Amino acid sequence: MKLVVCINHVPDSTTKVNVGPDGKTIEKTGVNFIINPYDEIAVEECLRLKEKNGGEVVAVSLGSEVNKETLRKALAMGVDRAVLLKDDGYRDSSSVARALADYIKEAAPDAIFFGKQSIDYDDAAVGSMVGEMLGIPSVSMAVKIEISGRDVLAEREIEGGHEKVKTTLPAVFTAQKGLNEPRYPSLKGIMSAKNKPIEERIPSAAHNKVEVLSMRKPGAKNAGRIVETVAELVRLLHEEAKVI
Amino acid sequence: MKILAFAEQRDRKLKKTAFEVVRAARKVSDATQGEVVALVVGHQLEPSAQQLGGFGAHRVIVVEDKSLEQYSTTAYSKVIAEVAVREQASVVMIASTAMGKDCAPRVAVKLDAGLAADCTALKVENGDIIATRPVYAGKTMTEVRVSSLNKVFTLRPNVFTAGTGNGTAAPVEKMTVELSAADLGCVVQEITKSAGKLDVAEADIIVTGGRGLKAPENFNIIEELAGALGAAVGASRAVVDAGWRPHGEQVGQTGKTVSPSLYVAVAVSGAIQHLAGMSSSKYIVAVNKDKDAPIFQVADYGIVGDAFEVIPALTKEINKLHGR
Ligand SMILES: Cc1cc2nc3c(=O)[nH]c(=O)nc-3n(C[C@H](O)[C@H](O)[C@H](O)COP(=O)(O)OP(=O)(O)OC[C@H]3O[C@@H](n4cnc5c(N)ncnc54)[C@H](O)[C@@H]3O)c2cc1C
Ligand SMILES: Nc1ncnc2c1ncn2[C@@H]1O[C@H](COP(=O)(O)O)[C@@H](O)[C@H]1O
Repeated sequence: MKLVVCINHVPDSTTKVNVGPDGKTIEKTGVNFIINPYDEIAVEECLRLKEKNGGEVVAVSLGSEVNKETLRKALAMGVDRAVLLKDDGYRDSSSVARALADYIKEAAPDAIFFGKQSIDYDDAAVGSMVGEMLGIPSVSMAVKIEISGRDVLAEREIEGGHEKVKTTLPAVFTAQKGLNEPRYPSLKGIMSAKNKPIEERIPSAAHNKVEVLSMRKPGAKNAGRIVETVAELVRLLHEEAKVI
Repeated sequence: MKILAFAEQRDRKLKKTAFEVVRAARKVSDATQGEVVALVVGHQLEPSAQQLGGFGAHRVIVVEDKSLEQYSTTAYSKVIAEVAVREQASVVMIASTAMGKDCAPRVAVKLDAGLAADCTALKVENGDIIATRPVYAGKTMTEVRVSSLNKVFTLRPNVFTAGTGNGTAAPVEKMTVELSAADLGCVVQEITKSAGKLDVAEADIIVTGGRGLKAPENFNIIEELAGALGAAVGASRAVVDAGWRPHGEQVGQTGKTVSPSLYVAVAVSGAIQHLAGMSSSKYIVAVNKDKDAPIFQVADYGIVGDAFEVIPALTKEINKLHGR
């Protein structure tokens, strides 16, 4: 089985983010970057499929030199090869998807894995976009994937339940928490990842279609009021907030 | 501008988000002398489609077919994009629900459109839509403009108000879209519902319990309060990871993003990843025995006290209010 997993390099969810001097992006100095948590789940799913069916797992990341750190993490977990589509500028989701789709088309994999969403811009778009660009099905926010031959039965989380989706390979999947528990890289994995080459490529160009005009901190909420009694709380909710 | 507003249905019933999207589209169209065409996709939908005029649609298009009875990523994306092209609607608005998040990116690619995802506000400036989107889990907000000719916006549920549905009725038209086998190559087979429970993503009131409740059986006080309020039960990651509550109830960065009108956080400390999922709630109440817990910084009303005393008393007081 030939598998491709697309991984993004994002700020750690615990770091404070501040608006940078351009007023449009975050201040990156002092921010700790990690592999996007959902992409770690996607990597794990590929490794399990490979362990079961044989084949190869290739991890791809689009971004600058620093993304190699995230690619090394995937190598340490056990992917066979890593590819950096090297590009320093800002790209919106459709432009990222275009570059990934152009690369993936050439590789012609059986399945392509993504995280359900990058925890930086929170678009939750790139995976399904790549599916459309390649003209193949996509199952987003998958919490269970069963593949037998070319047939796929996947489960997605929806409001108030789950839905089972039937489709066929080749297909795109985006991973939601609950799909699996990602493994920790072994010491041996970490050591050997250090010496593995990371292939660099120039990604295809594409125009951005979404322009960020400004970025700001959300309006600081006035710290609320401490209420002494339950009766007073109910009165406020009923008369002031009018929510009950 | 002409806006195609996708009105999501499940089990032939339009979702609340369908009305929110139609109303939001109408506000934008009023500012641009435009038109709102609402689109309903599925099977045997005419009766529900009639409601959409009341929420602001100028016209309603129904695309019905047995093969569209269950949601299909590929088929629904095709129908939405095809209708937008035929109607020459340059803007498509979709709720950012499980269904909307799944199909909107594909619709955007088909229309060669930019996608502004999970918007929490829309305004019109110089004839152009400017959207507000929270990024970095709501730690910062961006204003974005879609610069392509065609534009797709997904709107966060519960943030836009639907208002009452008593506006002018709109004409309902049928349209057919040809679907190939490939278009139906990815179809929902069945849906399993979590038994009779209200989902946090759709609830108007949520009562969330955290690790401070100490044991899974202690969630009975949360369930009773939720029952009194007609609320859904939510959970912090700490209690989901401990196996006390199902993942479907988790609120936060790796759970669901919610914006109910009332969010009650009980024995939840208010970690940044939890706040990421609920800080856009309209009113937040916190009950915590630690007066310095960070949750109080986002709460509108707080009670410093022991949940095991405060919550049963609160349930009783609410029942009293409702004359029970
Ligand atoms: C990548 C990542 C993603 C994450 N995603 C999420 C997410 O989606 N959702 C999420 O919730 N967390 C998430 N977390 C975890 C988060 O950091 C916190 O660990 C978690 O939210 C803590 O849960 P809690 O508030 O229930 O528990 P605690 O932090 O242990 O807080 C318990 C609180 O209960 C109070 N308390 C104790 N006893 C009582 C009592 N008798 N009466 C009243 N109050 C009492 C205490 O004062 C305390 O404030 C994530 C973390 C990471 C690293
Ligand atoms: N720059 C990137 N390089 C590789 N994969 C990416 C990149 N950006 C996004 N992705 C993938 O697309 C998924 C969804 O991202 P997004 O649409 O940005 O929320 C992520 O979880 C990744 O799997």
